[in-house]
Amino acid sequence: MERETFLRDRLLPIGTVLLALVALWYVFAVILNAPFERDTAARAGETITFSEILPKTMAQERPVLPAPHQVFAELWDTTVNKAITSKRSLVYHAWITLSATLLGFAMGAVLGILLAIGIVHNRAMDRSLMPWVIASQTIPILAIAPMIIVVLNAVGISGLMPKALISTYLSFFPVVVGMVKGLRSPEQIQLDLMHTYNASPAQTFRKLRWPASMPYLFTSLKVAVAISLVGAIVGELPTGAVAGLGARLLAGSYYGQTVQIWAALFMAAGVAALLVAAVGVAHGLVLKRMGARA
Amino acid sequence: MNAMSDIKPATAVVSAAGLGLTFETADGPVNALTGVDLTVGKGDFVSFIGPSGCGKTTFLRVIADLEKPTAGTITVNGMTPEEARKRRAYGYVFQAAALYPWRTIEKNIALPLEIMGHTKAEQKARVERTLDLVNLAGFGKKYPWQLSGGMQQRASIARALAFDADLLLMDEPFGALDEIVRDHLNEQLLKLWARTNKTICFVTHSIPEAVYLSTRIVVMSPRPGRVTDVIESTLPKERPLGIRETPEFLEIAHRVREGLRAGHSYEEHV
Repeated sequence: MERETFLRDRLLPIGTVLLALVALWYVFAVILNAPFERDTAARAGETITFSEILPKTMAQERPVLPAPHQVFAELWDTTVNKAITSKRSLVYHAWITLSATLLGFAMGAVLGILLAIGIVHNRAMDRSLMPWVIASQTIPILAIAPMIIVVLNAVGISGLMPKALISTYLSFFPVVVGMVKGLRSPEQIQLDLMHTYNASPAQTFRKLRWPASMPYLFTSLKVAVAISLVGAIVGELPTGAVAGLGARLLAGSYYGQTVQIWAALFMAAGVAALLVAAVGVAHGLVLKRMGARA
Repeated sequence: MNAMSDIKPATAVVSAAGLGLTFETADGPVNALTGVDLTVGKGDFVSFIGPSGCGKTTFLRVIADLEKPTAGTITVNGMTPEEARKRRAYGYVFQAAALYPWRTIEKNIALPLEIMGHTKAEQKARVERTLDLVNLAGFGKKYPWQLSGGMQQRASIARALAFDADLLLMDEPFGALDEIVRDHLNEQLLKLWARTNKTICFVTHSIPEAVYLSTRIVVMSPRPGRVTDVIESTLPKERPLGIRETPEFLEIAHRVREGLRAGHSYEEHV
Protein backbone atom coordinates (compact mmCIF):
# COMPACT_ATOMS: atom_id res chain seq x y z
CA MET A 1 0.00 0.00 0.00
CA GLU A 2 2.70 2.42 1.10
CA ARG A 3 4.88 1.44 -1.84
CA GLU A 4 2.05 1.84 -4.26
CA THR A 5 1.34 5.40 -3.21
CA PHE A 6 5.03 6.21 -3.37
CA LEU A 7 5.14 4.78 -6.89
CA ARG A 8 2.05 6.62 -8.02
CA ASP A 9 2.55 9.91 -6.17
CA ARG A 10 6.29 10.39 -6.50
CA LEU A 11 8.12 8.09 -8.85
CA LEU A 12 5.67 8.14 -11.73
CA PRO A 13 5.24 11.92 -12.19
CA ILE A 14 8.87 12.76 -11.46
CA GLY A 15 10.11 9.88 -13.63
CA THR A 16 7.88 10.91 -16.51
CA VAL A 17 9.18 14.47 -16.47
CA LEU A 18 12.76 13.19 -16.19
CA LEU A 19 12.34 10.89 -19.19
CA ALA A 20 10.80 13.70 -21.22
CA LEU A 21 13.71 15.99 -20.34
CA VAL A 22 16.31 13.39 -21.29
CA ALA A 23 14.53 12.71 -24.59
CA LEU A 24 14.36 16.43 -25.32
CA TRP A 25 18.03 16.74 -24.44
CA TYR A 26 18.97 14.05 -26.97
CA VAL A 27 16.89 15.74 -29.67
CA PHE A 28 18.64 19.05 -29.09
CA ALA A 29 22.04 17.36 -28.90
CA VAL A 30 21.43 16.02 -32.38
CA ILE A 31 20.07 19.28 -33.75
CA LEU A 32 22.86 21.42 -32.27
CA ASN A 33 25.75 19.10 -33.01
CA ALA A 34 24.70 18.08 -36.55
CA PRO A 35 25.99 21.24 -38.35
CA PHE A 36 29.56 20.46 -37.20
CA GLU A 37 29.35 16.96 -38.73
CA ARG A 38 27.91 18.35 -41.98
CA ASP A 39 30.69 20.97 -42.19
CA THR A 40 33.35 18.35 -41.57
CA ALA A 41 31.89 16.14 -44.29
CA ALA A 42 31.57 19.08 -46.68
CA ARG A 43 35.22 20.07 -46.13
CA ALA A 44 36.26 16.51 -46.93
CA GLY A 45 34.11 16.67 -50.05
CA GLU A 46 31.81 13.89 -48.89
CA THR A 47 28.08 13.71 -48.54
CA ILE A 48 26.76 12.38 -45.29
CA THR A 49 23.32 10.89 -44.54
CA PHE A 50 21.28 11.53 -41.42
CA SER A 51 21.75 7.98 -40.20
CA GLU A 52 25.51 8.52 -40.37
CA ILE A 53 25.29 11.88 -38.59
CA LEU A 54 23.12 10.61 -35.75
CA PRO A 55 25.69 8.47 -33.84
CA LYS A 56 28.46 11.03 -34.50
CA THR A 57 26.48 13.88 -32.88
CA MET A 58 26.54 11.94 -29.64
CA ALA A 59 30.22 11.18 -29.59
CA GLN A 60 31.92 14.49 -30.36
CA GLU A 61 34.89 15.56 -28.28
CA ARG A 62 33.72 19.18 -27.97
CA PRO A 63 30.04 19.16 -28.75
CA VAL A 64 27.92 22.31 -28.62
CA LEU A 65 25.59 20.33 -26.39
CA PRO A 66 26.97 17.07 -25.06
CA ALA A 67 24.57 14.14 -24.96
CA PRO A 68 23.42 13.02 -21.51
CA HIS A 69 25.42 9.80 -21.58
CA GLN A 70 28.61 11.75 -22.38
CA VAL A 71 28.07 13.98 -19.37
CA PHE A 72 27.39 11.05 -17.09
CA ALA A 73 30.37 9.13 -18.45
CA GLU A 74 32.52 12.17 -17.63
CA LEU A 75 30.92 12.43 -14.19
CA TRP A 76 31.57 8.74 -13.53
CA ASP A 77 35.14 9.00 -14.82
CA THR A 78 36.03 12.05 -12.73
CA THR A 79 34.41 10.86 -9.52
CA VAL A 80 34.80 7.10 -9.34
CA ASN A 81 37.86 6.48 -11.50
CA LYS A 82 40.08 9.21 -10.02
CA ALA A 83 41.63 9.35 -6.58
CA ILE A 84 39.82 12.05 -4.64
CA THR A 85 43.12 13.80 -3.95
CA SER A 86 43.80 14.13 -7.67
CA LYS A 87 43.30 17.51 -9.29
CA ARG A 88 41.39 15.74 -12.03
CA SER A 89 38.86 14.40 -9.56
CA LEU A 90 35.54 16.21 -9.50
CA VAL A 91 35.10 15.12 -5.89
CA TYR A 92 38.27 17.04 -5.01
CA HIS A 93 36.96 20.17 -6.72
CA ALA A 94 33.52 19.75 -5.23
CA TRP A 95 35.05 19.52 -1.75
CA ILE A 96 37.02 22.76 -2.31
CA THR A 97 33.80 24.54 -3.24
CA LEU A 98 31.80 22.81 -0.54
CA SER A 99 34.18 23.86 2.24
CA ALA A 100 33.94 27.51 1.18
CA THR A 101 30.15 27.11 0.89
CA LEU A 102 29.77 25.66 4.37
CA LEU A 103 32.03 28.26 5.99
CA GLY A 104 30.24 31.09 4.18
CA PHE A 105 26.85 29.61 5.00
CA ALA A 106 27.70 29.30 8.69
CA MET A 107 28.96 32.87 8.84
CA GLY A 108 25.97 34.12 6.84
CA ALA A 109 23.51 32.31 9.09
CA VAL A 110 25.12 33.66 12.27
CA LEU A 111 25.38 37.18 10.85
CA GLY A 112 21.77 37.04 9.62
CA ILE A 113 20.46 35.83 12.97
CA LEU A 114 22.41 38.46 14.91
CA LEU A 115 21.21 41.25 12.63
CA ALA A 116 17.62 40.03 12.93
CA ILE A 117 17.86 39.95 16.73
CA GLY A 118 19.18 43.52 16.66
CA ILE A 119 16.49 44.70 14.27
CA VAL A 120 13.68 43.13 16.32
CA HIS A 121 14.90 44.47 19.67
CA ASN A 122 16.23 47.88 18.75
CA ARG A 123 14.19 50.61 17.09
CA ALA A 124 17.23 52.45 15.80
CA MET A 125 18.56 49.30 14.15
CA ASP A 126 15.13 48.53 12.75
CA ARG A 127 14.95 51.93 11.07
CA SER A 128 18.55 52.23 9.93
CA LEU A 129 19.66 48.73 9.03
CA MET A 130 16.94 47.13 6.96
CA PRO A 131 17.26 49.47 3.92
CA TRP A 132 21.00 48.73 3.79
CA VAL A 133 20.41 45.01 4.06
CA ILE A 134 18.09 45.21 1.07
CA ALA A 135 20.40 47.57 -0.84
CA SER A 136 23.28 45.11 -0.39
CA GLN A 137 21.40 42.59 -2.49
CA THR A 138 20.76 44.97 -5.37
CA ILE A 139 24.45 44.94 -6.30
CA PRO A 140 25.13 42.11 -8.74
CA ILE A 141 27.34 39.54 -7.05
CA LEU A 142 29.32 39.11 -10.27
CA ALA A 143 30.34 42.77 -10.03
CA ILE A 144 31.30 42.77 -6.39
CA ALA A 145 32.97 39.35 -6.17
CA PRO A 146 36.22 40.31 -7.97
CA MET A 147 36.54 43.44 -5.80
CA ILE A 148 36.23 41.40 -2.62
CA ILE A 149 38.85 38.97 -3.87
CA VAL A 150 41.25 41.74 -4.93
CA VAL A 151 40.81 43.84 -1.79
CA LEU A 152 41.19 40.86 0.54
CA ASN A 153 44.21 39.66 -1.39
CA ALA A 154 45.78 43.08 -0.91
CA VAL A 155 45.45 42.75 2.86
CA GLY A 156 46.86 39.24 2.74
CA ILE A 157 43.68 37.17 2.96
CA SER A 158 43.40 34.55 0.26
CA GLY A 159 42.28 30.99 -0.26
CA LEU A 160 39.10 29.83 1.43
CA MET A 161 38.11 33.01 3.24
CA PRO A 162 37.40 35.40 0.33
CA LYS A 163 35.14 32.80 -1.32
CA ALA A 164 33.40 32.13 1.97
CA LEU A 165 32.83 35.84 2.43
CA ILE A 166 31.09 36.07 -0.92
CA SER A 167 28.88 33.19 0.19
CA THR A 168 28.23 35.06 3.42
CA TYR A 169 27.35 38.20 1.51
CA LEU A 170 24.66 36.31 -0.36
CA SER A 171 23.40 34.01 2.34
CA PHE A 172 22.91 36.39 5.26
CA PHE A 173 20.11 38.17 3.41
CA PRO A 174 17.37 35.50 3.41
CA VAL A 175 18.26 34.71 7.02
CA VAL A 176 17.82 38.34 8.13
CA VAL A 177 14.52 38.72 6.32
CA GLY A 178 13.18 35.34 7.48
CA MET A 179 14.31 35.74 11.07
CA VAL A 180 12.96 39.27 11.46
CA LYS A 181 9.61 37.87 10.40
CA GLY A 182 10.06 34.77 12.57
CA LEU A 183 11.08 36.64 15.72
CA ARG A 184 8.06 38.88 15.25
CA SER A 185 5.72 35.95 14.62
CA PRO A 186 4.50 35.37 18.23
CA GLU A 187 0.90 36.52 18.68
CA GLN A 188 0.10 39.49 20.90
CA ILE A 189 -1.60 37.17 23.39
CA GLN A 190 1.60 35.11 23.75
CA LEU A 191 3.62 38.30 24.31
CA ASP A 192 1.03 39.60 26.80
CA LEU A 193 1.44 36.35 28.71
CA MET A 194 5.17 37.01 29.07
CA HIS A 195 4.37 40.55 30.19
CA THR A 196 2.08 39.28 32.97
CA TYR A 197 4.97 37.11 34.22
CA ASN A 198 7.21 40.19 34.23
CA ALA A 199 9.60 38.28 31.96
CA SER A 200 12.80 40.03 30.89
CA PRO A 201 13.41 40.65 27.16
CA ALA A 202 16.05 37.91 27.26
CA GLN A 203 13.55 35.43 28.71
CA THR A 204 10.91 36.44 26.19
CA PHE A 205 13.49 35.88 23.46
CA ARG A 206 14.66 32.51 24.69
CA LYS A 207 11.31 31.03 25.61
CA LEU A 208 9.05 32.62 23.00
CA ARG A 209 10.59 34.50 20.08
CA TRP A 210 13.38 32.03 19.33
CA PRO A 211 11.28 28.82 19.32
CA ALA A 212 8.50 30.59 17.42
CA SER A 213 10.97 31.58 14.71
CA MET A 214 12.25 28.06 13.96
CA PRO A 215 10.04 27.33 10.90
CA TYR A 216 11.07 30.70 9.43
CA LEU A 217 14.73 30.05 10.19
CA PHE A 218 14.84 26.74 8.36
CA THR A 219 12.95 28.03 5.36
CA SER A 220 15.52 30.84 5.12
CA LEU A 221 18.41 28.45 5.63
CA LYS A 222 17.27 26.32 2.68
CA VAL A 223 17.48 29.36 0.41
CA ALA A 224 20.70 30.53 2.07
CA VAL A 225 22.57 27.26 1.66
CA ALA A 226 21.74 27.07 -2.04
CA ILE A 227 22.91 30.61 -2.74
CA SER A 228 25.99 30.04 -0.58
CA LEU A 229 27.05 27.49 -3.15
CA VAL A 230 26.42 29.98 -5.94
CA GLY A 231 28.50 32.51 -4.03
CA ALA A 232 31.41 30.09 -3.60
CA ILE A 233 31.36 29.17 -7.31
CA VAL A 234 31.22 32.82 -8.35
CA GLY A 235 34.06 33.50 -5.92
CA GLU A 236 36.19 30.91 -7.69
CA LEU A 237 35.83 32.49 -11.12
CA PRO A 238 38.07 35.57 -10.65
CA THR A 239 40.76 33.79 -8.61
CA GLY A 240 42.49 32.54 -11.73
CA ALA A 241 40.70 29.23 -11.57
CA VAL A 242 42.96 27.13 -9.39
CA ALA A 243 40.56 24.65 -7.88
CA GLY A 244 36.88 24.18 -7.20
CA LEU A 245 33.76 23.70 -9.28
CA GLY A 246 33.96 27.31 -10.44
CA ALA A 247 37.49 26.68 -11.64
CA ARG A 248 36.31 23.61 -13.53
CA LEU A 249 33.61 25.67 -15.21
CA LEU A 250 36.07 28.40 -16.12
CA ALA A 251 38.78 26.01 -17.36
CA GLY A 252 36.20 24.11 -19.34
CA SER A 253 35.05 27.25 -21.09
CA TYR A 254 38.65 28.36 -21.77
CA TYR A 255 39.42 25.14 -23.58
CA GLY A 256 35.99 24.47 -25.05
CA GLN A 257 35.58 21.38 -22.85
CA THR A 258 31.80 21.44 -22.89
CA VAL A 259 31.52 17.95 -21.46
CA GLN A 260 33.63 19.05 -18.48
CA ILE A 261 31.46 22.15 -18.00
CA TRP A 262 28.30 20.12 -18.00
CA ALA A 263 29.78 17.58 -15.63
CA ALA A 264 30.80 20.34 -13.22
CA LEU A 265 27.35 21.84 -13.58
CA PHE A 266 25.66 18.60 -12.63
CA MET A 267 28.05 18.16 -9.75
CA ALA A 268 27.15 21.64 -8.49
CA ALA A 269 23.45 20.87 -8.81
CA GLY A 270 23.96 17.60 -6.96
CA VAL A 271 25.87 19.30 -4.14
CA ALA A 272 23.17 21.98 -3.89
CA ALA A 273 20.46 19.33 -3.72
CA LEU A 274 22.34 17.51 -0.97
CA LEU A 275 22.80 20.72 1.03
CA VAL A 276 19.15 21.69 0.75
CA ALA A 277 18.12 18.16 1.66
CA ALA A 278 20.45 18.22 4.69
CA VAL A 279 18.84 21.46 5.91
CA GLY A 280 15.45 19.86 5.29
CA VAL A 281 16.39 16.85 7.43
CA ALA A 282 17.64 19.16 10.21
CA HIS A 283 14.36 21.07 9.96
CA GLY A 284 12.38 17.85 10.30
CA LEU A 285 14.38 16.78 13.36
CA VAL A 286 13.97 20.13 15.08
CA LEU A 287 10.24 20.24 14.38
CA LYS A 288 9.89 16.72 15.72
CA ARG A 289 11.68 17.71 18.91
CA MET A 290 9.34 20.69 19.16
CA GLY A 291 6.33 18.39 19.10
CA ALA A 292 4.99 19.07 15.62
CA ARG A 293 2.30 16.63 14.61
CA ALA A 294 3.64 13.74 12.61
CA MET B 1 10.81 44.11 50.34
CA ASN B 2 11.12 47.40 52.23
CA ALA B 3 8.25 49.14 50.41
CA MET B 4 5.67 47.09 52.31
CA SER B 5 4.92 49.90 54.77
CA ASP B 6 2.78 51.91 52.34
CA ILE B 7 0.56 48.95 51.46
CA LYS B 8 -3.05 49.27 52.60
CA PRO B 9 -4.84 46.52 54.52
CA ALA B 10 -5.21 43.50 52.28
CA THR B 11 -9.00 43.21 52.32
CA ALA B 12 -9.42 45.13 49.06
CA VAL B 13 -7.59 43.24 46.34
CA VAL B 14 -8.58 45.60 43.56
CA SER B 15 -9.71 49.12 44.25
CA ALA B 16 -10.59 51.57 41.46
CA ALA B 17 -11.77 55.16 41.80
CA GLY B 18 -12.87 57.37 38.92
CA LEU B 19 -10.95 55.09 36.60
CA GLY B 20 -10.97 56.04 32.92
CA LEU B 21 -9.14 54.99 29.80
CA THR B 22 -9.27 56.77 26.47
CA PHE B 23 -7.64 55.23 23.43
CA GLU B 24 -6.29 57.66 20.87
CA THR B 25 -7.20 56.23 17.48
CA ALA B 26 -7.01 57.54 13.94
CA ASP B 27 -10.76 58.26 14.11
CA GLY B 28 -10.36 60.32 17.26
CA PRO B 29 -10.43 59.36 20.94
CA VAL B 30 -12.42 56.32 22.08
CA ASN B 31 -13.70 56.20 25.66
CA ALA B 32 -13.09 52.58 26.62
CA LEU B 33 -13.74 53.24 30.31
CA THR B 34 -15.13 56.19 32.24
CA GLY B 35 -15.68 56.80 35.94
CA VAL B 36 -15.31 53.25 37.19
CA ASP B 37 -15.52 53.02 41.01
CA LEU B 38 -15.17 49.47 42.17
CA THR B 39 -13.69 47.40 44.96
CA VAL B 40 -13.00 43.71 44.74
CA GLY B 41 -12.57 42.13 48.16
CA LYS B 42 -10.39 39.19 49.06
CA GLY B 43 -11.97 35.89 48.15
CA ASP B 44 -14.62 37.48 45.91
CA PHE B 45 -15.71 35.97 42.61
CA VAL B 46 -16.60 39.01 40.54
CA SER B 47 -18.01 38.74 37.04
CA PHE B 48 -17.96 41.55 34.53
CA ILE B 49 -20.76 41.31 32.03
CA GLY B 50 -21.79 43.49 29.12
CA PRO B 51 -21.86 43.63 25.34
CA SER B 52 -18.68 44.04 23.33
CA GLY B 53 -17.18 47.49 23.64
CA CYS B 54 -18.33 47.98 27.24
CA GLY B 55 -14.76 47.94 28.52
CA LYS B 56 -14.92 44.76 30.58
CA THR B 57 -11.81 43.29 29.02
CA THR B 58 -10.11 46.69 29.13
CA PHE B 59 -10.77 46.90 32.86
CA LEU B 60 -9.23 43.47 33.36
CA ARG B 61 -6.22 44.48 31.28
CA VAL B 62 -5.81 47.64 33.40
CA ILE B 63 -5.72 45.49 36.55
CA ALA B 64 -3.10 43.33 34.83
CA ASP B 65 -1.02 46.36 33.77
CA LEU B 66 -1.51 45.40 30.13
CA GLU B 67 -3.13 48.83 29.59
CA LYS B 68 -2.42 52.13 31.36
CA PRO B 69 -5.43 54.13 32.62
CA THR B 70 -5.67 57.75 31.53
CA ALA B 71 -7.80 58.95 34.45
CA GLY B 72 -8.50 58.05 38.06
CA THR B 73 -6.63 55.66 40.33
CA ILE B 74 -6.43 51.93 40.75
CA THR B 75 -4.59 49.75 43.21
CA VAL B 76 -3.97 46.02 43.14
CA ASN B 77 -3.08 44.55 46.52
CA GLY B 78 -2.59 48.16 47.61
CA MET B 79 0.07 48.76 44.94
CA THR B 80 0.01 50.20 41.46
CA PRO B 81 -0.84 47.56 38.84
CA GLU B 82 2.76 47.72 37.59
CA GLU B 83 4.21 46.98 41.03
CA ALA B 84 1.67 44.22 41.49
CA ARG B 85 2.60 42.71 38.14
CA LYS B 86 6.28 42.85 38.98
CA ARG B 87 5.51 40.97 42.20
CA ARG B 88 3.53 38.43 40.17
CA ALA B 89 0.36 39.20 42.07
CA TYR B 90 -2.03 37.68 39.56
CA GLY B 91 -2.48 34.89 37.05
CA TYR B 92 -4.12 35.82 33.76
CA VAL B 93 -6.25 33.48 31.67
CA PHE B 94 -6.82 34.74 28.14
CA GLN B 95 -9.73 34.21 25.79
CA ALA B 96 -7.63 31.69 23.88
CA ALA B 97 -5.52 29.13 25.71
CA ALA B 98 -2.34 30.67 24.22
CA LEU B 99 -0.34 27.55 25.02
CA TYR B 100 3.06 27.48 23.35
CA PRO B 101 2.69 24.74 20.72
CA TRP B 102 6.31 23.57 21.01
CA ARG B 103 5.94 22.84 24.72
CA THR B 104 4.20 19.88 26.29
CA ILE B 105 1.35 20.63 28.69
CA GLU B 106 3.60 20.24 31.73
CA LYS B 107 6.25 22.43 30.10
CA ASN B 108 3.60 25.04 29.37
CA ILE B 109 2.51 25.04 33.00
CA ALA B 110 6.16 25.23 34.06
CA LEU B 111 6.74 28.29 31.84
CA PRO B 112 5.92 30.92 34.49
CA LEU B 113 7.84 28.87 37.06
CA GLU B 114 10.94 28.82 34.84
CA ILE B 115 10.69 32.57 34.36
CA MET B 116 10.23 33.17 38.08
CA GLY B 117 13.26 31.02 38.84
CA HIS B 118 11.77 28.08 40.72
CA THR B 119 13.98 25.02 41.10
CA LYS B 120 13.42 21.95 38.92
CA ALA B 121 12.05 19.94 41.84
CA GLU B 122 9.73 22.77 42.85
CA GLN B 123 8.55 23.10 39.23
CA LYS B 124 7.77 19.40 39.03
CA ALA B 125 5.81 19.42 42.28
CA ARG B 126 3.79 22.49 41.33
CA VAL B 127 3.05 21.22 37.83
CA GLU B 128 1.76 17.96 39.25
CA ARG B 129 -0.36 19.73 41.83
CA THR B 130 -1.96 22.16 39.36
CA LEU B 131 -2.54 19.44 36.77
CA ASP B 132 -4.47 17.62 39.49
CA LEU B 133 -6.36 20.79 40.33
CA VAL B 134 -7.75 21.12 36.80
CA ASN B 135 -8.25 17.35 36.35
CA LEU B 136 -5.55 16.97 33.72
CA ALA B 137 -3.36 14.48 35.58
CA GLY B 138 -1.77 12.12 33.07
CA PHE B 139 -1.87 14.62 30.22
CA GLY B 140 1.36 16.42 31.13
CA LYS B 141 3.42 14.81 28.37
CA LYS B 142 0.93 15.65 25.61
CA TYR B 143 1.35 18.54 23.23
CA PRO B 144 -1.42 21.16 23.07
CA TRP B 145 -2.67 20.00 19.67
CA GLN B 146 -3.33 16.55 21.10
CA LEU B 147 -5.89 18.03 23.53
CA SER B 148 -9.45 19.27 22.98
CA GLY B 149 -10.25 22.98 23.26
CA GLY B 150 -11.70 22.55 26.74
CA MET B 151 -8.66 20.66 27.96
CA GLN B 152 -6.37 23.30 26.46
CA GLN B 153 -8.22 26.02 28.33
CA ARG B 154 -7.96 23.99 31.54
CA ALA B 155 -4.22 23.70 30.95
CA SER B 156 -4.03 27.46 30.57
CA ILE B 157 -5.88 27.85 33.89
CA ALA B 158 -3.38 25.46 35.46
CA ARG B 159 -0.60 27.64 34.08
CA ALA B 160 -2.15 30.71 35.72
CA LEU B 161 -2.49 28.83 39.02
CA ALA B 162 0.98 27.32 39.03
CA PHE B 163 2.78 30.20 40.73
CA ASP B 164 0.20 30.66 43.49
CA ALA B 165 -0.93 34.20 42.83
CA ASP B 166 -3.94 35.03 45.01
CA LEU B 167 -5.71 36.87 42.22
CA LEU B 168 -6.96 35.17 39.08
CA LEU B 169 -7.96 37.34 36.11
CA MET B 170 -10.02 35.48 33.51
CA ASP B 171 -10.99 37.08 30.22
CA GLU B 172 -13.87 35.10 28.68
CA PRO B 173 -11.92 31.90 29.19
CA PHE B 174 -14.77 29.66 28.07
CA GLY B 175 -16.16 31.92 25.36
CA ALA B 176 -14.96 29.75 22.49
CA LEU B 177 -16.21 26.47 23.94
CA ASP B 178 -19.53 24.71 23.42
CA GLU B 179 -22.15 24.89 26.14
CA ILE B 180 -21.74 21.36 27.46
CA VAL B 181 -18.00 21.80 27.97
CA ARG B 182 -18.61 25.26 29.36
CA ASP B 183 -21.08 23.98 32.00
CA HIS B 184 -18.60 21.36 33.04
CA LEU B 185 -15.74 23.84 33.31
CA ASN B 186 -17.90 26.33 35.22
CA GLU B 187 -18.64 23.65 37.80
CA GLN B 188 -14.97 22.76 38.06
CA LEU B 189 -13.98 26.40 38.35
CA LEU B 190 -16.32 26.89 41.30
CA LYS B 191 -14.85 23.87 43.06
CA LEU B 192 -11.37 25.14 42.37
CA TRP B 193 -12.28 28.56 43.72
CA ALA B 194 -13.71 27.00 46.89
CA ARG B 195 -10.60 24.88 47.35
CA THR B 196 -7.98 27.55 46.69
CA ASN B 197 -9.77 30.55 48.19
CA LYS B 198 -8.53 32.83 45.43
CA THR B 199 -9.97 36.14 44.33
CA ILE B 200 -11.32 35.83 40.79
CA CYS B 201 -12.23 38.53 38.28
CA PHE B 202 -14.11 36.93 35.44
CA VAL B 203 -15.15 38.56 32.17
CA THR B 204 -18.07 37.02 30.31
CA HIS B 205 -20.94 37.88 28.03
CA SER B 206 -23.11 35.03 29.23
CA ILE B 207 -25.75 35.89 31.84
CA PRO B 208 -26.19 32.31 33.19
CA GLU B 209 -22.42 31.92 33.48
CA ALA B 210 -22.08 35.20 35.39
CA VAL B 211 -24.92 34.38 37.77
CA TYR B 212 -23.84 30.80 38.33
CA LEU B 213 -20.23 31.66 39.17
CA SER B 214 -20.24 34.99 40.94
CA THR B 215 -20.58 36.41 44.38
CA ARG B 216 -20.90 39.76 42.64
CA ILE B 217 -21.91 40.72 39.12
CA VAL B 218 -20.73 43.97 37.59
CA VAL B 219 -23.00 45.01 34.72
CA MET B 220 -21.30 47.23 32.17
CA SER B 221 -22.47 49.22 29.19
CA PRO B 222 -20.72 50.61 26.10
CA ARG B 223 -20.15 54.06 24.56
CA PRO B 224 -18.63 55.13 26.83
CA GLY B 225 -17.62 51.98 28.72
CA ARG B 226 -18.99 52.26 32.27
CA VAL B 227 -20.43 50.33 35.21
CA THR B 228 -24.23 50.52 35.28
CA ASP B 229 -25.06 48.11 38.10
CA VAL B 230 -23.38 45.96 40.72
CA ILE B 231 -25.44 42.98 41.84
CA GLU B 232 -24.65 41.02 45.01
CA SER B 233 -25.52 37.37 44.57
CA THR B 234 -27.70 35.79 47.22
CA LEU B 235 -26.91 32.27 46.07
CA PRO B 236 -25.15 29.98 48.54
CA LYS B 237 -21.47 29.20 48.06
CA GLU B 238 -22.30 25.57 47.33
CA ARG B 239 -23.80 25.57 43.82
CA PRO B 240 -24.73 22.40 41.97
CA LEU B 241 -25.49 22.90 38.25
CA GLY B 242 -29.20 22.40 39.03
CA ILE B 243 -29.26 25.68 40.95
CA ARG B 244 -29.73 27.39 37.62
CA GLU B 245 -33.38 26.32 37.54
CA THR B 246 -34.23 27.74 40.98
CA PRO B 247 -36.36 30.90 41.25
CA GLU B 248 -33.57 32.63 43.16
CA PHE B 249 -31.15 32.09 40.28
CA LEU B 250 -33.68 33.26 37.70
CA GLU B 251 -34.40 36.33 39.81
CA ILE B 252 -30.75 37.35 39.77
CA ALA B 253 -30.48 36.58 36.05
CA HIS B 254 -33.52 38.82 35.51
CA ARG B 255 -31.85 41.66 37.40
CA VAL B 256 -28.73 41.30 35.28
CA ARG B 257 -30.82 41.38 32.12
CA GLU B 258 -32.65 44.48 33.38
CA GLY B 259 -29.31 46.08 34.16
CA LEU B 260 -28.06 45.39 30.65
CA ARG B 261 -31.28 46.79 29.18
CA ALA B 262 -31.03 49.93 31.31
CA GLY B 263 -27.58 50.48 29.86
CA HIS B 264 -29.14 50.39 26.37
CA SER B 265 -26.97 47.41 25.68
CA TYR B 266 -29.58 45.66 23.60
CA GLU B 267 -30.51 48.55 21.33
CA GLU B 268 -27.43 49.58 19.41
CA HIS B 269 -26.23 46.06 19.30
CA VAL B 270 -26.30 44.81 15.73
